[in-house]
Amino acid sequence: MRKKDFDVVIVGAGPAGLAAGYVLAKAKVNVAIIERGTFPGSKNVMGGIFYRKALDDLMPDFYKEAPLERHIIEQKLWLISEDSVFSTGIRSEKFNKEPYNCFSVFRAKFDKWFAQKVQEAGALIINETVVKDPIVENGKVVGVRTDRPDGDLYCDCVIAADGVNSFLAKSLGLREKITPNKVAIAVKEIIGLPENVINDRFGVSNDSEGVTIEITGPYFEGMETMAFIYTNKNSVSIGVGTIIEDIIEHKVNPNDLIEKFKTHPSIAPLIAGGETKEYLAHMIPEGGYYAVPKLYTDGFMVTGDAAMLVNSVHREGSNLAIESGKLAARTYLEAREKGDFSAKSLSAYQTKMEESFVLKDLKMYRNLPHLLEEKRYLLTKYPQLIIDSMYNIYNVDGVSKPDKIKAIKERLKKDFGYWNLAKDMFTLWRKLG
Amino acid sequence: MRIEDKLYLVGYNVDEEGSHLGVSDPEACKKCQGRPCTYVCPASVYTYDEEEQKLSINYDACVECGTCRIACDYITWRYPRGGFGVAYKFG
Repeated sequence: MRKKDFDVVIVGAGPAGLAAGYVLAKAKVNVAIIERGTFPGSKNVMGGIFYRKALDDLMPDFYKEAPLERHIIEQKLWLISEDSVFSTGIRSEKFNKEPYNCFSVFRAKFDKWFAQKVQEAGALIINETVVKDPIVENGKVVGVRTDRPDGDLYCDCVIAADGVNSFLAKSLGLREKITPNKVAIAVKEIIGLPENVINDRFGVSNDSEGVTIEITGPYFEGMETMAFIYTNKNSVSIGVGTIIEDIIEHKVNPNDLIEKFKTHPSIAPLIAGGETKEYLAHMIPEGGYYAVPKLYTDGFMVTGDAAMLVNSVHREGSNLAIESGKLAARTYLEAREKGDFSAKSLSAYQTKMEESFVLKDLKMYRNLPHLLEEKRYLLTKYPQLIIDSMYNIYNVDGVSKPDKIKAIKERLKKDFGYWNLAKDMFTLWRKLG
Repeated sequence: MRIEDKLYLVGYNVDEEGSHLGVSDPEACKKCQGRPCTYVCPASVYTYDEEEQKLSINYDACVECGTCRIACDYITWRYPRGGFGVAYKFG
């Protein structure tokens, strides 16, 4: 019989890998998690909002001890042009009550804490180790080859949680090459500010209440861009994420984009006097439902960013990762009962994912990435129209309100045509609904 | 804020034994239109030396996002050896 080092080897100690590891360790499975950083979290980056629910199901009340920044009580969406902002959002005292909806977090701190919990549950975490390739025998994944001397590790099943660049999923032919239109590059800065300054600027009463602002619009010159500002305890996370295809076509540098963004008249006052503490960059898989690969093969399942599980409309990713890790682990436990780790047996993971919020949510927005690629003007011309119309309506200049409405209608007709407008609205309704 | 000053804030454990980034066909760089690697990289790792007609790769500034490998098929990209490369304080 072939040697077996572990029942399961998980590649990557991010939210997906750690969630899978936690479920397996709790079930007394002999599991190892391979992490290439010096500690779990040291390579991990996101905008910074972590939703409670998926992890709370695994680890009830984790938020009472985890290293979190602020719970979010207000989420805003801004459409910005060079000199204006149109703002919408939701603020609710319901978000200000335990168990809380979501939090701002620092992944280097949060993942490190999460990994500690997984280790306490009985998983082995092997840091500073890169997985080079899957080991495949007779068409089945039976282990991984690492960059350590004698670093081959054999197991029943490999769970890939190796992030957006997942070489494992690609080498097994599950994932195609990522094209520049299906992935965004986001750059972020952590800007230090005193707690009370953040409270005042963002309108919250203490250092545990937080605010998020997502920002898009014509300011980004037709590039598919989503920028953000999130409040931490004594810093704000500010970032700009743009589809790489647009970065290439517009010949811009991601750092120049965030530098320009920081000078916007409505952004600059929020970060004034702050000191940059860290600069980060990370790719975000934005291809949506159609970019999600087949999630399993013989002896192998793929989770989290490695499976392109990001809901960019709602900037959710880490919760999808956790849910996928959890479901992959549960699938393994069922497969173990049967002693069958074949693709047929592990296909239950795909079914579980289809039945979960993860793929249901992505499926609902399945046509959106393509729509936005085809019709970039949805992100520029309509927001510009909204900004200009709101400005005109609120600006008292002697023109009567009926004349103002008439001017807006004429612009609609001239810039879009009523027929195109109706078509766009219908398309949006169909593709979102 | 200049990119050099920002990268100064980032923690790295540089692998002195060599680069994890490369180009599979240096001739391709000479003919390349626009050279996207020189502007898409958030850490400005790639610069083109017109005199030497050669791409210069400052791999120790790499933050391992992978943007260059998406933008250019000639870039050979692998993870730094275990424990090396970028190490974020906040993340």
